Amino acid sequence: MIGLDHYLALSAIVFCIGVYGMLTRRNAVGVLMSVELMFNAVNITLVAFARYVTPGAVTGQVVAVFTIAVAAAEATVALAIVLLIYQHHRGIDVDRINFMKW
Amino acid sequence: MDTISLAFFALAFLIIASSIFVVSSRNVFHSAIFLVLALFGVAGIFVLLEAPFLAAAQVLIYVGAVSMLMIFAVMLTARIADASLHHTNEQVGTGFIVSAGLLVVILYSLWKTPFAVSPDAVTEGAGKTLGQLLLTKFVLPFEIVSVLLLGALIGAVVIAKKDPSTTPERETRPIPLPKSAQKAAQQPGTAEN
Repeated sequence: MIGLDHYLALSAIVFCIGVYGMLTRRNAVGVLMSVELMFNAVNITLVAFARYVTPGAVTGQVVAVFTIAVAAAEATVALAIVLLIYQHHRGIDVDRINFMKW
Repeated sequence: MDTISLAFFALAFLIIASSIFVVSSRNVFHSAIFLVLALFGVAGIFVLLEAPFLAAAQVLIYVGAVSMLMIFAVMLTARIADASLHHTNEQVGTGFIVSAGLLVVILYSLWKTPFAVSPDAVTEGAGKTLGQLLLTKFVLPFEIVSVLLLGALIGAVVIAKKDPSTTPERETRPIPLPKSAQKAAQQPGTAEN
């Protein structure tokens, strides 16, 4: 029978895959995709806790709604920055983007 | 094995496999396609967790909007044919060790923690309760999030707008007119007759 632990384990695995991608990707859009994976893993955790620990309340789902909204805002602004960097530098490899250091 | 378990393991396999492809694919465009698959799987997980509103929002926002943004960004920036030689930086080993260690720590703490799982069934009408909570108890965060989304929209437009004073090296060529219009422009007399 599928319980809370299964969902949390799935969420942990997806989160760690996202961490790996965020650390190793060179393409900035690839890094953003990994961040989206991590957001989704956290959402799975929130909804799983809401389902199994407090089945009567939906507070966890409310927080997941906020996470989705903030993730959408983050993706929008980050992709705009990526487009701007590409216009200026003809490349979006994150290990070459060091002109914003100071 | 009942249907729920079967569905869970199928969805988990789909999500994990496509997530691995997202982070390891050489082609960023393939990564974007696999990201769509993974997000669909997460929507299925939400259905299994009896959160139908979140599943619909996931499909609408992530699968519909965010992944489209990603694909647009890939097509506008990456040269899809080349630049796939070095798709990872030099910290592959470190990243693998860090993420694997993190996974071990999280799974160990999951295994050791007794969660207060409630045996109650999910109450009916979760979507209605969700909407009521959003507009009563959580109305302040709700409004803040809406202002944040508005700010992000305006900010994205302002950031991505081409500033002609800072990019002088890129000449702007006018779009060539169609041939009939060119003829008309060269011979204004004949065009009028």
